[in-house]
Amino acid sequence: MEAIPLTMVPHAKEVRIVEIRGGHGFQRKMRVMGLREGKIVKVVTKQPLHGPITIDMGGSQVTVGMGMAKRILVEVVK
Amino acid sequence: MKRIVLMGNPNVGKSVVFSRLTGANVVTSNYPGTTVDFSKGKMRVGDKKVEIIDAPGTYSLEPSNKAEEVAVEMLASADVVINVVDATNLERNLFLTLELLERDIPTIIALNLWDETHHLGIEIDKEKLQEELDVPVVATVALSGEGIKELVTSLEKAKVSKKIEPMSEKERWIKIGEIIKKVEKVSHRHHTFRDKIADMTIKPSTGIPIAILIIFCAFWVVRFIGENLITYIFDPFFEEIYKPLLMHLNEWIGSGFIRDILIGKLVDGNIDFMESMGMLTTGLYVPFAAVLPYIMSFYFMLSILEDSGYLPRLATLVDNIFHKLGMHGHGIVPLFLGLGCNVPGALAARTLETRKQRFISSTLLAIAVPCMAQTAMIFGILGPYGLYYIVLVFLTLAIVYVTAGIILSKFVKGESPEIFLEIPPYRMPSIKAILKKTWMRIRWFLGDAIPWLIFGVFIVNILYSIGFLDWLGSALSPVMEKIFGLPGEASLALIIGFLRKDLAVGMLLPLKMKAMQLVIAATILTIYFPCVATFAVLVKELGIKDMLKATMIMIATAIMVGGTMKILLIGL
Repeated sequence: MEAIPLTMVPHAKEVRIVEIRGGHGFQRKMRVMGLREGKIVKVVTKQPLHGPITIDMGGSQVTVGMGMAKRILVEVVK
Repeated sequence: MKRIVLMGNPNVGKSVVFSRLTGANVVTSNYPGTTVDFSKGKMRVGDKKVEIIDAPGTYSLEPSNKAEEVAVEMLASADVVINVVDATNLERNLFLTLELLERDIPTIIALNLWDETHHLGIEIDKEKLQEELDVPVVATVALSGEGIKELVTSLEKAKVSKKIEPMSEKERWIKIGEIIKKVEKVSHRHHTFRDKIADMTIKPSTGIPIAILIIFCAFWVVRFIGENLITYIFDPFFEEIYKPLLMHLNEWIGSGFIRDILIGKLVDGNIDFMESMGMLTTGLYVPFAAVLPYIMSFYFMLSILEDSGYLPRLATLVDNIFHKLGMHGHGIVPLFLGLGCNVPGALAARTLETRKQRFISSTLLAIAVPCMAQTAMIFGILGPYGLYYIVLVFLTLAIVYVTAGIILSKFVKGESPEIFLEIPPYRMPSIKAILKKTWMRIRWFLGDAIPWLIFGVFIVNILYSIGFLDWLGSALSPVMEKIFGLPGEASLALIIGFLRKDLAVGMLLPLKMKAMQLVIAATILTIYFPCVATFAVLVKELGIKDMLKATMIMIATAIMVGGTMKILLIGL
């Protein structure tokens, strides 16, 4: 299964986070917010025109900007 | 035990716990050297009174922004920590908990939002969690007050955990996994009605119309509360009680310089709180009776929007636009508040993260956002000519806001980080917490902003009595005529506009201008400079140097926009 950036995930599809690309600070910032390798998440909505993406992590939700979402790699859960 | 510090992730109901624990005597202040606000109060533990601090919410002790840095610094001064944990989100919250327990500070855990776990099909074994963490765990529902008593009585049992030792980040995640496995059971989670609303309000197709509706309603409520406070409380007080006292004082002082400064000039032999311009008349009336009521109703409404969980959704919906203006979604808050009164708008700019974002937000606010009072007057003077002219003013201002924002985001140095924020579930706000929050903010306003306001009026007053303002008025009148195509006397309105923009719009009426001239005058009046109240707050928030830059941008924009409008609307 090939890893794709979170920005390319179709709406409402469950995906597993496989990699967070970036420096230590960035990775940690994502993890403490609940975006961690191995976690299963889904995209709630994408705002139009390269707007931010809202992600559901099983109960809690977070909005991340496009640039950050590109650095979160996921694979589709079968 | 002298000082208790409340620590926890954002959106876990920490401030509700805080307001449950403290009495009326709470203050919100600014952490020295930052734009981060925090609250402090007193509470009774046994027979002693101890200080309790509500630290800013943080996800970890390795701070990623200023607010989190402040939280970490506050931790250092704590004798006891109450770690407020969101029981519906235990896994994520435990990261901070472990970090806290790794430090040798006596800690107690408030497992908040306990009632919600039942609806969500989450089962937590509290005893086991207590055993695993080796510190007391108390289940609480801060909203209803459940468990708060137990939390207070258990405070003395707060202890340093012997089971949690310092570890690496990776080890911490593993540990969290182990703990969760032992203490938490999650059965299937139903898609509730609340989830549906949550989805609807964040998806653009439904979210944007709902946002417009909510903003509209919020405005209506703010205006309603503000106007009624003025009509039934503040105005009667000033007119019926305060004015007779001042009139006595006026007779006692007699005429002269002191009277000019304190009382100002009389209008038809009487004090006119809007026009007398004395320190004790207009100087007190403007901040207390004209601005304060709106501040109260604004803060009330803002607290509701905050505590219900709506603001992060609104920020998500508008992030796109605001990102292009050099801010991010949160930039809507100062704009939104500013449309009511620029003062709370200017204060709200501090919630943005970087200097660049705050500078852009404040400058745009001062340039292109008319306050409610001014908007009402613009409707008043242009209404008779038709809606078209009113639309022209607001359309111009909107274009200026966006254009200036795009330009500023290119030229202002500094960073404008992307949006990254938690979208909490909707929660019923607690009336008690809202009133307390509103009160704390008002108190902060009274202590921090009002002295500046009075000082501003004082300066204007001096400039007025030495004739500087009249001189400036006549010096500016050629500018009015040549660049803006307005009668020279309109310059006086600009000068009065520094004190009260709505009043200044009214002063345009006797000048017998054409509709297009009124459009230009009303637009320039919004752009050229903020009112003295906003100006004072901005100087304080941005610092003199940045405020001077902002002022230059404002004046330049006013000249460019006014000149362009004259050419387009009236001709050369």
